[in-house]
Amino acid sequence: MESTTPSPPTSTAPIAKKVPRWPDRVFVGIIAAIGVGILGLALGIVAVLANGAQQSFHRFGWGFLYGTTWDPDHQIFGVVPFVAGTLITSGIALLIAFPVALGAAIFVTTQAPRFLRGPVGTAVELLAAIPSVIYGLWGLYVIHPYMETVVEPALKTNLGWTGLFNGPAYGLDVLTAGLILSVMIIPTICAVSRDTLLAVPDAQKEAALSLGATNWETTRTAMIPYARSGILGGTILGLGRALGETMAVTMVVGNVDKVPTSLLSPGQTISSLIANELLSSSGPLQTAAILECGLVLLAISLAVNVAARLLVWRVTKTGGPITL
Amino acid sequence: MMGAVKLKSEQLTAYYGEKPAIRDISLEFPDRRVTAIIGPSGCGKSTFIRCLNRMHETAPRTRVEGKVLLDGEDIYSEDPVRVRRRIGMVFQKPNPFATMSIYNNVSAALRFNGRHPRDYVDAAVVRSLQQAALWDEVKDRVDTPATSLSGGQQQRLCIARALAANPEVLLMDEPCSALDPLATTKIEELIGQLKKDYTVVIVTHNLQQAARVADYTAFFYLGGLIEFAPTEDLFERPRERLTEQYITGRFG
Repeated sequence: MESTTPSPPTSTAPIAKKVPRWPDRVFVGIIAAIGVGILGLALGIVAVLANGAQQSFHRFGWGFLYGTTWDPDHQIFGVVPFVAGTLITSGIALLIAFPVALGAAIFVTTQAPRFLRGPVGTAVELLAAIPSVIYGLWGLYVIHPYMETVVEPALKTNLGWTGLFNGPAYGLDVLTAGLILSVMIIPTICAVSRDTLLAVPDAQKEAALSLGATNWETTRTAMIPYARSGILGGTILGLGRALGETMAVTMVVGNVDKVPTSLLSPGQTISSLIANELLSSSGPLQTAAILECGLVLLAISLAVNVAARLLVWRVTKTGGPITL
Repeated sequence: MMGAVKLKSEQLTAYYGEKPAIRDISLEFPDRRVTAIIGPSGCGKSTFIRCLNRMHETAPRTRVEGKVLLDGEDIYSEDPVRVRRRIGMVFQKPNPFATMSIYNNVSAALRFNGRHPRDYVDAAVVRSLQQAALWDEVKDRVDTPATSLSGGQQQRLCIARALAANPEVLLMDEPCSALDPLATTKIEELIGQLKKDYTVVIVTHNLQQAARVADYTAFFYLGGLIEFAPTEDLFERPRERLTEQYITGRFG
């Protein structure tokens, strides 16, 4: 008797001696390979960009990150004009798109008569299916003249004192690009917000209704706070799209390699820069600089995503007072 | 021998789609008494209680016929928002606002009612939590999330939240069905206290609970009201065969 452990009673029922384990192992192997592969792909992109940007690293060092000049004639390159263009156009897009998208999501989930919910939701989502070059065309031929002759002059007269609308009204500028981008990211923000609002349990809504809350009060106190992390997630997804959008922006942003000085300045985003100049580069140094700009865009997207995650994490952790 | 009538339904019929869930219910709820509604699952007792504060109609494809009189006035010809401020409700599963602190849960109704001075809100929160017998357990942590409370505490929080709106009637839809026996006892004791100030209507599938807390009991079966009597009479001298069969456990 080496062991005191009682041996299990010998069963007479013929249970299969061994459940085969190899399907498990194959499955785990496949998904592990896919997971690691995606990570490898991301690292590979960074490595290729960094490798291509070497010449620019050596020439400009950290100065590239705060250089405000982009001058192929004198071979001086800095990323600031494009970081500014990217952040300003995306910021404008977010400012316009967020309230519209959230409003539409709230309308569809809480206010719209039942027969309208489906069609309105689908219409908003169809916006996401339009190719970005079509948005660009629309921006160029429809929005641009309208901005140039109506909206921007009106902004200059009425809000010129803010200093945000200095300079001539071209119609092809960061404001127009931001506007087009906002239409492009509305479906993303709206669809995700709608889904999370729909997922709010009835019990939460009934809690508010039974206290004598109006429809709007129910939405504001029981639904939006409950869905806030999803709404935030959708917004970040939209922002991600705005940061990287290329074609439509290239067509309306004006493509001037300078730091925008007002919302009416033509500018350039990182992605429009890459689209415009990579193939018509003046030489290896400019190509390297453009690739380094691509790295900066990656870093910005990453930073936005990390910040968003931290925000979601913080927001969902606290149960403090809700103020909206 | 019944006191003044606070709330009363007249020929109340409620539909889900085309199907009536309750038919032709006429019932009187005496002022500052506890009335229990009992009956087997699916008998329409929850539907009925949800008609008493116009919550039934918040679900899609629902319809109500008949009248519900609060102090003699039909709530179905008034603004539902105002009706629900006068007739509070506690649900089957505790449903505190998940993103709010204890304090903000209790004061939610006051924020719906417009702006109030801070000390008024503070006083109302303390009073409501005391009425719900929760104050002693949470007074040091009213700013912590409501979801950090236990199930029984959450249900008492929901009672406090309903009371803070200053209702005249409190409807309770199986308030203990998700709670353990100890928490159930606390809620039952609480109901005994609440009837001093409020007219209470409680739906329950627990016959002993009805016998313990209610002054009057109504028995529902298949969407109809079978019998309504003082609790003692209904349990000891039921007039209807169905009632007798149900309370002696022969079905349900």
